[in-house]
Amino acid sequence: MLDSTPDGLNSGESPLLRTIGLTKRYGDFLANDSIDIDIWPGEIHALLGENGAGKSTLVKAIYGLIQPSAGEIRWQGRRILLSGPSEARGLGIGMVFQHFSLFDNLTVAENVALGLDGRESFKDMSARLEQVSEAYGLPLDPKREVWQLSVGERQRIEIVRALMQDPKFLILDEPTAVLTPKEADQLFVVLERLKAEGRAILYISHKLEEVKRLCDTATILRGGRKVETCNPRRETAASLARMMVGGEIKEVKAASGRTTTVPRLVVNDLSLAPSEPHGVRLEHISFELKGGEILGIAGVAGNGQEELFAALSGERSSKDPGTVVIEGIAAGHLSITQRRRLGAAFVPEERLGHGTAPRMKLSENALLTGHAASGMVHRGFINTAATLKTVDRATETFDVRKAKRDPEAASLSGGNLQKFIVGREILRNPAVLVVSQPTWGVDAGAAAVIRQALLDLATAGAAVLVTSQDLDELAEITDRIAVMFHGKLSAPLATREATRENLGLLMGGSSLEPKEVAHAIGA
Amino acid sequence: MELIEAIILAVLAASTPLLIAATGELVTERSGVLNLGVEGMMIVGAACGFAGAWLTGSVFVGALFGIIAGTMMSLIFALMALGLAVNQVATGLALTILGVGLSGLIGAGFVGERITPAVHLAIPGLTDIPLVGRVLFGEDGFVYFSIALVVGVWWFLYRTRAGLILRACGDNHVSAHALGYPVLRIRTFAVMFGGACAGLAGAYLPLAYTPFFIPGMTAGRGWIALALVVFSSWRPGRLVIGAYLFGAVTILQLHAQGWGIGIPSQFMSALPYLATIIVLVLLSRARSGGSTAPAALGTVFVPDR
Repeated sequence: MLDSTPDGLNSGESPLLRTIGLTKRYGDFLANDSIDIDIWPGEIHALLGENGAGKSTLVKAIYGLIQPSAGEIRWQGRRILLSGPSEARGLGIGMVFQHFSLFDNLTVAENVALGLDGRESFKDMSARLEQVSEAYGLPLDPKREVWQLSVGERQRIEIVRALMQDPKFLILDEPTAVLTPKEADQLFVVLERLKAEGRAILYISHKLEEVKRLCDTATILRGGRKVETCNPRRETAASLARMMVGGEIKEVKAASGRTTTVPRLVVNDLSLAPSEPHGVRLEHISFELKGGEILGIAGVAGNGQEELFAALSGERSSKDPGTVVIEGIAAGHLSITQRRRLGAAFVPEERLGHGTAPRMKLSENALLTGHAASGMVHRGFINTAATLKTVDRATETFDVRKAKRDPEAASLSGGNLQKFIVGREILRNPAVLVVSQPTWGVDAGAAAVIRQALLDLATAGAAVLVTSQDLDELAEITDRIAVMFHGKLSAPLATREATRENLGLLMGGSSLEPKEVAHAIGA
Repeated sequence: MELIEAIILAVLAASTPLLIAATGELVTERSGVLNLGVEGMMIVGAACGFAGAWLTGSVFVGALFGIIAGTMMSLIFALMALGLAVNQVATGLALTILGVGLSGLIGAGFVGERITPAVHLAIPGLTDIPLVGRVLFGEDGFVYFSIALVVGVWWFLYRTRAGLILRACGDNHVSAHALGYPVLRIRTFAVMFGGACAGLAGAYLPLAYTPFFIPGMTAGRGWIALALVVFSSWRPGRLVIGAYLFGAVTILQLHAQGWGIGIPSQFMSALPYLATIIVLVLLSRARSGGSTAPAALGTVFVPDR
């Protein structure tokens, strides 16, 4: 059983955990540069920063996964040297990973057992698992295999696994990134309760509103250094963002008077069986997207967004040509290249390996999607000058930062590579752009550039379909939002009328009141 | 009656090396490592096993030599594929080529020599029971050991914490590392176990199957063992079915050819492969959902520190 108050806490006197001058060096690169941070019992401490600011490195060092190059970590006033995570767990440090550290083909109970030290029998452990999950309102079926579970349930396993060690200090790495708003609210209830029990929580997140609501203290990292420790409740989301970025973020502006024209992308009753054993079946998906319009598709990952992208881009074709209509031409049976020739362009979610070939140069990657409808190929021969020109134009227009003129795709940072990929497609002046997770894992500056580019493209008359898990992003750039759940697409809501609550309901699989739906469609 | 008993005995003898080698490879693959060098480790085990038995006159010492030789071979693989993170497929294939050459070198002096093969169990009364007596109570030690080995491996994988950790490494090495498990060390032990089993399976051939050594005497059994692991969906129970089925069809088609059935001999020789593949594919189709292969199988893992 868990004690309601972990022993050995003398709150108010010394911090539970303190890092002094913590530094981690990889070759010439300083991932963490002399970071001081104090964590007190009974507080929820936010760790903020852009990608690459050093948040992950810092928590990995605290959890014993990597050894710091310099500096020290103090636990309850004593200096500690951690040889590995099991030692950290022994002290009372628990961690819930961003990319879940779960094993798909093992059961829930086996997954939990792997995170414990194995001193109790499997049977006792299973019994305790049920007690803990019930006590905290995190229901779990110990006998199910992980691949059968939803993302929210998977996170529950991680949290219960951490709680079973009765931690004094719990690290959560972007726990709400994959949750529906309702699931996130349930998580906050659990976290508040852990805080009331006197445990400390280090909370990594990108969502500033959430941090303001939940956290008592915030430490902001930038470029591996600590910028500030503050009380997030006294800051605004904008001031926190400024500290993270180190400057103002350009605001995304939609041109006024954007007009919609003819339907450029129409999907009629598209159903598709999954191609993989654990895939999602698309069921009766229909929507119409006009020129000058941006339609957003929200939803928790793994509800069929990847499958829909594959069906739209032609990675999987349908037997019935009429299911996908591009520029008035039935294209359901056409290949990717044929669809591109009709004026469509596609930006997949995965940048390396799907959006680009990692070990090929940017010019070669430009050719890979541009060969169908541009002057890059002449009588079967590559026009090298034209491919390089495309790279230069994308670089200039979208501020792609790179070390040389034509580097390998894998050498670019995530944000710069994404700017290049989006730029490469937009420069082809597509009539229809289908883009999946345009700013996933991209820093705030690059994200603003990409969102602005999508808005400008729509203003120029193209139809844009954006799939994203970031509701704020969809609210910022789209005209209408539809929600994907279990392979079905809801009727689109007008963005200015869609509330977080009704989107959250749709993301969790509930349907809206008929009146609301009718209202939204009419809008 | 006599014929049926003889056939069953021949089936057990033909299946045992496959079962031992495949069980070892199953453990290796369950930890996420694909070692294609089973054939090479087997053939070195055969040469060293025969050498050990010939030099000492003891089949037991011969078997130990085989186990040690197989383990040494697997350590070469572990050094390359785990220590230096070299591609596992290429390393495994190279290990087989190395093994074939090495066994020819070691065994060159022993070609044409004979040893006393492994003794068979003899319990007065029990072994004399018609039909089942010699099958159940008159086998050599390898056959009994192979069955204990599979049961032991099943128990280890599904009933012990160490087995759970090993399966976890094969499912997702990044997660296993994040939880603090020494992935490479666990995999090295799994590879060594696979090598020991392959070495023993190889040694079985000159120590019990035929009492002499000839170069290349494993004759592709290592490859069959590899295929059995895949077609058994990495499950010990199905491995037993697959190994005995393969042995049974091999022996039966030989007899059938002897009886003069008018089917081309090439087709008959292909039968064991066909039958085993069909049965195991049907078995694995019976269980829907849930992928069967260890998810991290054959992928390189380099921990960051």
